[in-house]
Amino acid sequence: MSDIQIPLDQLQKTCLYDAHVALQAKMSPFAGFMMPIQYSNITQEHLAVRQHVGMFDVSHMGEIFVKGPQAEAFINYIFTNDIRGFEPGKVLYGMMCYPDGGTVDDLLVYREFLADHFLLVVNAANIDKDFAWIQEQAKAFDVKLDNASPRIGQIAVQGPEAEKTVIEVLGYKEAADLAFYTFCDVEYNGERLILSRTGYTGEDGFELYTTPENIVEIWDRLLKAGVEPCGLGCRDTLRFEAGLPLYGDELSPEISPVMAGLGMFCKYEKDFIGKEALLDQKSGNLARKLVGIELEDSAIPRAGYPVELVDGTEVGVVTTGYHSISLDKSICFALVDKAYAALDTPLWIHIRKKVFPGKVVKKRFYQTNYKK
Amino acid sequence: MSKILEGLKYSESHEWVKVEGNVAVIGVSDYAQKEMGDITYVDLPEEGDDVLAGEEFGALESVKAASDLISPVSGTVVAVNAELEDTPEKVNEDAYAAWIIKVEMSQPSQVDALMDAAAYKAHIGE
Repeated sequence: MSDIQIPLDQLQKTCLYDAHVALQAKMSPFAGFMMPIQYSNITQEHLAVRQHVGMFDVSHMGEIFVKGPQAEAFINYIFTNDIRGFEPGKVLYGMMCYPDGGTVDDLLVYREFLADHFLLVVNAANIDKDFAWIQEQAKAFDVKLDNASPRIGQIAVQGPEAEKTVIEVLGYKEAADLAFYTFCDVEYNGERLILSRTGYTGEDGFELYTTPENIVEIWDRLLKAGVEPCGLGCRDTLRFEAGLPLYGDELSPEISPVMAGLGMFCKYEKDFIGKEALLDQKSGNLARKLVGIELEDSAIPRAGYPVELVDGTEVGVVTTGYHSISLDKSICFALVDKAYAALDTPLWIHIRKKVFPGKVVKKRFYQTNYKK
Repeated sequence: MSKILEGLKYSESHEWVKVEGNVAVIGVSDYAQKEMGDITYVDLPEEGDDVLAGEEFGALESVKAASDLISPVSGTVVAVNAELEDTPEKVNEDAYAAWIIKVEMSQPSQVDALMDAAAYKAHIGE
C-alpha cells in the first residue's frame, strides 16, 4: 500500500471530500489524500459492485496530457505496451519502467480524437514522481506536457448495472456502444467529460473524467438514484480478486512487470526504457515471481507475512491477501523464488504463530465480466 | 454509541473481563467490534496455553486487517469458544455474548488495574 507518512495537515482532499464526510464515511490517508475507506461496510460495498452497481471517488488519480508531433514516439519510448496503430478512442494499459526494469508506475494511455493528443492516467501516489520522470525523458522529444491532475475529478461507476446507470441517470446513450477499454468525449454542463469503459474491479464499468464541479454534481445525482457509494476498502478487495496489481504492493521499483506476471503488456518489437532488462528477465534471469496462493484454512494471509516450504525455509512474501468475499476462500498474491512459482506447488504461509498450508493457483481468482 | 455493560472490567486495548471466581471470561467490547467491521476469522489459543497480562493471545480479523487480542490477565487458558471458528460474525452480533477464552488467573489482583464501565466509557470518548 502507498502508506507514505504525510502530516495530516498536508493531506490533500478530493473535490468530493465534503460529500464523503456528509455520508459519514470512515476516512483515512491514502497516497497523500484523505480518502473514504468505507461508507457502510466493505462486504456490502463489494457485493454491490459484483451484483448491481457501485461508485468510487477516484479523483485522487493523476491525469497528464501529452501532445505534439512526437507524442506517439515519445509515449512508445517510455511505455511498455505498443501504441502504434492504436486508434483514437482506445485505451491501453501498461507500465513505465526504469532502465533496470523496475516499475515507475502502471498507467492507462488514452489516444484522443485530436491527432497527436494523448492522456496518461497514473496512480495518485506517483503523480509528482511520474511527472518529473516524464519531463526528464521528454527533453529529447518535441512534445508538450500538462499535469492536469488538480483540474480533473474522476468517478468510477462499476458493476453489471453500470451501463444502465450511466444511460438512465446521466443520459449518456453513447455508453451502450463503448467496448471495454474504449472511450468517447461527451459534455456535462458544457464542459468536456471523458466517458471511458474501464475500471479496476473485474466488473464492467465506466470511469468519468471531468471538472471537479461537475464531479460533485454527478456524484450527487448518482447517489440520489440509489448507486452505492464504495470506498477504497472494497476497491482493493475487488481489484485483488480480479487479479489486478496495485502499485506499491505488486509493482514497484524492485518489482518489474515481468516479475509481476504482466509480460503481456510489454511489447519487444519496439524500443522502450527498460526493454533490455525486461527481455533478460523474460529469458529466465529473474529471482522472484508473483503468484497466487490459496490456503486450505480460512486464516488470512496479509501483506508482509512470510511464505515458506514445509521445513520452514522462507521462499517469499505475501504482497496482498484477503479472505475473498466473492469466493469465500483465503487467497493472496505473493512474491516467491521462481523455483516455487509453478501452479500447484505446495507452499506454507506463516500467520502469526502458526503455519498454514496452501498451493500456487492462478492469480485471477475471480472470473471477470468485461464487455467485449 | 457503543454498548458498555456494567459489572464488567475493560482493558485499554478493548477487551472485557467478567470475573467468575478465579476464572476470567474474556471477550472484546462492542466498541472494538464496531471499529473492526465484519469479523471474518478468529485466531484462538489452545486450552492449556499460558497467557500473560499485556501479551497477545490470538487475533480477530476483519476484511481489512488483523487485530491482536491482548490478555488483560495472566494465567492458563481453561476454555476457548471454538464456536467462533465457524461463526466469527457472532462477535459483531453481540460482543458480550461472544466470549473468546476463559483463563484460570494466576494473579487475580490484576483485574483491579482494569477499568470499570464508567472509566471505559471515558476511555473511548463516548
